[in-house]
Amino acid sequence: MTEALRDLAEIITQKQGDAVIKTEISDHGELTVEITLASVAGFVDFLKSDRDCKFSSLVDITAVDYPSRDKRFDMVWHFLSMYQNQRIRVRCKVREEDLVPSIVDVHPSANWFEREVFDMYGILFSGHPDLRRILTDYGFRGHPLRKDFPTTGYTELRYDDALKRVVYEPVKLTQDYRQFDFMSPWEGAEYILPGDEKPEAAKG
Amino acid sequence: MMDGGKGFEDAQTGEQKIRNFNINFGPQHPAAHGVLRLVLELDGEIVERCDPHIGLLHRGTEKLMESRTYLQNLPYFDRLDYVAPMNQEHAWCLAIEKLTGTEVPRRASLIRVLYSEIGRVLNHLLNVTTQAMDVGALTPPLWGFEEREKLMVFYERACGARLHAAYFRPGGVHQDIPEDLIDDIETWANEFPTVLGDIDGLLTENRIFKQRNADIGVISEQEALDWGFSGVMVRGSGMAWDLRRAQPYECYDEFEFQIPVGKNGDCYDRYLCRMEEMRQSVSIIHQAIAKLRAPEGKGDVMARGKLSPPKRGDMKTSMEALIHHFKLYTEGFHVPEGEIYAAVEAPKGEFGVYLVADGTNKPYKAKLRAPGYLHLQAMDHVACGHQLADVAAIIGTMDVVFGEIDR
Repeated sequence: MTEALRDLAEIITQKQGDAVIKTEISDHGELTVEITLASVAGFVDFLKSDRDCKFSSLVDITAVDYPSRDKRFDMVWHFLSMYQNQRIRVRCKVREEDLVPSIVDVHPSANWFEREVFDMYGILFSGHPDLRRILTDYGFRGHPLRKDFPTTGYTELRYDDALKRVVYEPVKLTQDYRQFDFMSPWEGAEYILPGDEKPEAAKG
Repeated sequence: MMDGGKGFEDAQTGEQKIRNFNINFGPQHPAAHGVLRLVLELDGEIVERCDPHIGLLHRGTEKLMESRTYLQNLPYFDRLDYVAPMNQEHAWCLAIEKLTGTEVPRRASLIRVLYSEIGRVLNHLLNVTTQAMDVGALTPPLWGFEEREKLMVFYERACGARLHAAYFRPGGVHQDIPEDLIDDIETWANEFPTVLGDIDGLLTENRIFKQRNADIGVISEQEALDWGFSGVMVRGSGMAWDLRRAQPYECYDEFEFQIPVGKNGDCYDRYLCRMEEMRQSVSIIHQAIAKLRAPEGKGDVMARGKLSPPKRGDMKTSMEALIHHFKLYTEGFHVPEGEIYAAVEAPKGEFGVYLVADGTNKPYKAKLRAPGYLHLQAMDHVACGHQLADVAAIIGTMDVVFGEIDR
């Protein structure tokens, strides 16, 4: 399995040298190809039509948010070849304001996935026929899966008896959102006691 | 000129001249299988455009999962496709096991196969019979639900819950199943083909059922690929693609089963595929029972280690076991950094989990890939040109459940 993937990675790098930044085969036997933003549409088309690849069906499109990074998002595409029985993951680092080329022309099934990524992360796609929100409410604001979006959201709904309709209100929490830190104090969590910074500052 | 097609324009009122008609199908429509809102543009009775509005059951599962531990996230999977809950849990467990490199004991593996197949029968029973209801039959769902009830009792006897099982755990299954439960499942598996034959007798050669399903919602092989279909939706179009066979997970490679494929790719073929898949599932259930009874099928059902709780008896005597138990259920276990895509052949198609772990006790990102999402997406493509009444049949055959589509 890994042998076949290595061959495939080599073929892809050979034929699409400009697009590919790096290829990687994980310990779990998964091939990841990192590509440049400009080459997304062409590369996906190549994956679909090339005889050695034949990644005929799109499995999934999603993004991962790393707020601390300069290129904040990882766009991730998963493809499956039913003919070669192989999977591939394509990744591309994207800035918040970048336009990602839509692949709807190559894979019609990308339509809703791209709408979902737009809805959840606010990444815009160029060339998408109908970039509306999909999963959130009509008139929703914000992009929920960004790491800086609070899990509780900003608005809540209530049926108003006087107005005889559902009204939107800012979220009021009767108790704080419970987020316990069970991480072992010996690893991970950093507890800074007041006053502890003084000796550190004296050293530096 | 008696057909009314031409020559009467002068006699038409303003109202008759309005041609296309926009209607809302749902969100509260019995044939919408949940909260689906379709905005349909109709020319007479012919669908010209179909725009599904989804998200009415969106619960933000993926967001919630980022702030919970791996074990706390498991029950969310029951609530995705609530028709066959354990199949979803399976994908989550596989993802974690791959990342942590956990080996599942044989007995647990067999129990997982057994319950995955029970889940498949649960799902197909619901789908086949409610589709019959969508096109006008009332008896099949009543008969089908009787069997589903029996299967849910098996769920309950294994894990204590009829629907929200939380039974498959990373490293195995939560508890072993008793011998008499295996006996009862076998008795059921012996009786079930008769019931299936009854439903088959009601539907397969039924004139109305055939008229409403044959040649409706035809999907070609190329369309199935373009729209990213999986499961019965590709098999109905003639491709023998089944993850259990193509990319075997768990111990499916040692089971004998056939993959039914359709010829015409219409609703009727997909119905036939589902019926045959149920028969194949029953055969897998028999095989799994035989393997569970064999000496190799005995043993522990959890990979004992960091992922699983210690035995009750150990906790009474060992301090370490007690600490382990406490830490497991509060802090949870840590999954090494990495990313993984794990998929199972859920009854509806390929259900996948894309998991990005950052080495802590919570997933950094989890994306749930629901098969129904892609199937429903093709609604506009498939339903255009069909009659309004066929929309119900197409929704039925796509097997949409909003728990997994809206997440």
